[in-house]
Amino acid sequence: MDWNLVLRTSFEAAFGVDAVIYCLAAIGINLQFGYTGLLNFGQVGFMAVGAYSVGISVNYYHWPWWIGILIGLALSVVLALLLGVPTLRLRADYLAIVTIATGEIIRLIMRAAVLADFSGGSAGLPGDYRRPFFDLSPFDPTGEFPRNNLIGWLPRTLWLDWSGQDFWVMIVGWSLVGIVSFAMWQLIRSPWGRVLRAIREDEEAVRALGKNVYWYKMQSLMIGGGIGCLAGFMFAYAKGSVQPDNYSTAVTFFAYTALILGGTAKIKGPIVGAMILWFVIAFSNQVLRGAKAEGWISDNLMDGTQVGQVRFMIVGLGLMLLLIFRPQGIFGDKKELALDAR
Amino acid sequence: MPAEAPFVRAQRGLPGVAAEPGSAKPDPILVADNVARHFGGITAVDVEHLEFQAHAITALIGPNGAGKTTLFNLLTGFDTADDGAWSLRERPLAGVPSYRVARLGMVRTFQLTKALSKLTAIDNMKLGATGQHGERFFDALLPARWKAQEREIERRADALLERFNLAHMRDEFAGTMSGGQRKLLEMARALMTEPEVIMLDEPMAGVNPALTQSLLGHIKALADDGLTVIFVEHDMDVVRDISDWVVVMAEGRVIAEGPHDAIGRNDAVIDAYLGSQHAALTTEDGA
Repeated sequence: MDWNLVLRTSFEAAFGVDAVIYCLAAIGINLQFGYTGLLNFGQVGFMAVGAYSVGISVNYYHWPWWIGILIGLALSVVLALLLGVPTLRLRADYLAIVTIATGEIIRLIMRAAVLADFSGGSAGLPGDYRRPFFDLSPFDPTGEFPRNNLIGWLPRTLWLDWSGQDFWVMIVGWSLVGIVSFAMWQLIRSPWGRVLRAIREDEEAVRALGKNVYWYKMQSLMIGGGIGCLAGFMFAYAKGSVQPDNYSTAVTFFAYTALILGGTAKIKGPIVGAMILWFVIAFSNQVLRGAKAEGWISDNLMDGTQVGQVRFMIVGLGLMLLLIFRPQGIFGDKKELALDAR
Repeated sequence: MPAEAPFVRAQRGLPGVAAEPGSAKPDPILVADNVARHFGGITAVDVEHLEFQAHAITALIGPNGAGKTTLFNLLTGFDTADDGAWSLRERPLAGVPSYRVARLGMVRTFQLTKALSKLTAIDNMKLGATGQHGERFFDALLPARWKAQEREIERRADALLERFNLAHMRDEFAGTMSGGQRKLLEMARALMTEPEVIMLDEPMAGVNPALTQSLLGHIKALADDGLTVIFVEHDMDVVRDISDWVVVMAEGRVIAEGPHDAIGRNDAVIDAYLGSQHAALTTEDGA
């Protein structure tokens, strides 16, 4: 087994387009769930809104790309209002139920056959909408980045390279992560963030101190959803097309996984969490495939087609162990967690 | 604290006020009329007329299930009344959401203390301040817009922590505090809103006897500073030392009002607490 290849592929995944997409989605959830205590299980719905907004506005209406971006952000605010108005006055569970259903409703509507001309139906939107985005890219889409003559002095394990397309998505995506995280850091240490953290602890106490709790929860839902919408833009640009079935509930739960892995209510939690999650997924995949190729695993135990499933079993097992032995995540504060038990 | 104009601390026992349910007060700050709340067929609260004197400590007592906390919830907007009107300094409050009631100067605490565990004591305090620029989303992004105000709030919060003997816990999570300290923190935090009326729901519940005295002292000091204090308690003895006026509730109604001494002799109150059978027996014994 070529360990250099295994590690290189894993590192490429840790910084790659999937990591950046899930990182953005998890940052939005971190604001809602980590800091405000809102259970939004429909983050994928906000991502779908973003992806379909850029896709449809270019493919169907032939508008400039930035109009699609603005429409996506506006629609994600509308979606947050639709979800929040009926549920945010109720107990936390209701938001969870409504959001998980809404995510599915959006996916099912977009894949409906009657909308095939508009949204592409179950076949999805072809990638024409990506052209204006990649026209802005300084990288040759067929080339590899960074070029080996730039990183040749590094150990071979770190000779990471991506296609010009992916590299442009990563540059834009990680820049967004940086900007959004900086804004979050600024917000969380402000009095506004203090109100959110207090709502997470006990909203009645906050209400008794003269704060409009309902409106703060709404703001958190809108902003977190808007960040999810950014993840949707990157998802649409990174993949060759917008496929409705890529926006299933599993996406939300992967984003939650990344967040909990890194540690909730920490600015770097979702960033490191998403990197580690994709590293582990790629690593276990490579190791299993390599071991299979070397003949270390017999066909009775696992055949070549089962690698995809088995690797998620291993990832799941790892997560369970993490939650048992380090429930606060990698950056979480054990002392804070212990306060819940009192 | 509040009351820019000089205030007159109410005299103990409110001389000149009739000791009867619904009696008129010389300077009423909070007035309730026909406030009713039903849970299914049960009438939890049915108060015909009740006035609270300004700058006084009024104890709201009654046996368990008398509707004291429900009345508190109704007056502060935490529950919705089926009927009735009430006003703070003649400003109608019926239908006003709880957070607005707090901003209007009537703040409450809870029977089950709501210290925010994962916030430090000082953050708990700073949360209480009203009208913070930094609590608006766009201002929050620009620290220059709220830093100065934040320093001022912090100064005020530190002074209050000092006063309530919590200064040493300043940077500890509220979740690590003892029950009594949490009660004090909740009270201090309520003062950060600069209220006119402070409503304490069973401030002594779950507090060890040694701390009760100091807690009572703090409550007394609030009234000396010009606040109007209304508090719920079910133990009559606790209220003896500090209450200027006592309102007794039973089965949702106000059954008696008066200075503490008069309340102790009131037959309706003894009936409510001990049952009418008991009253008859003690009279026969000549007790």
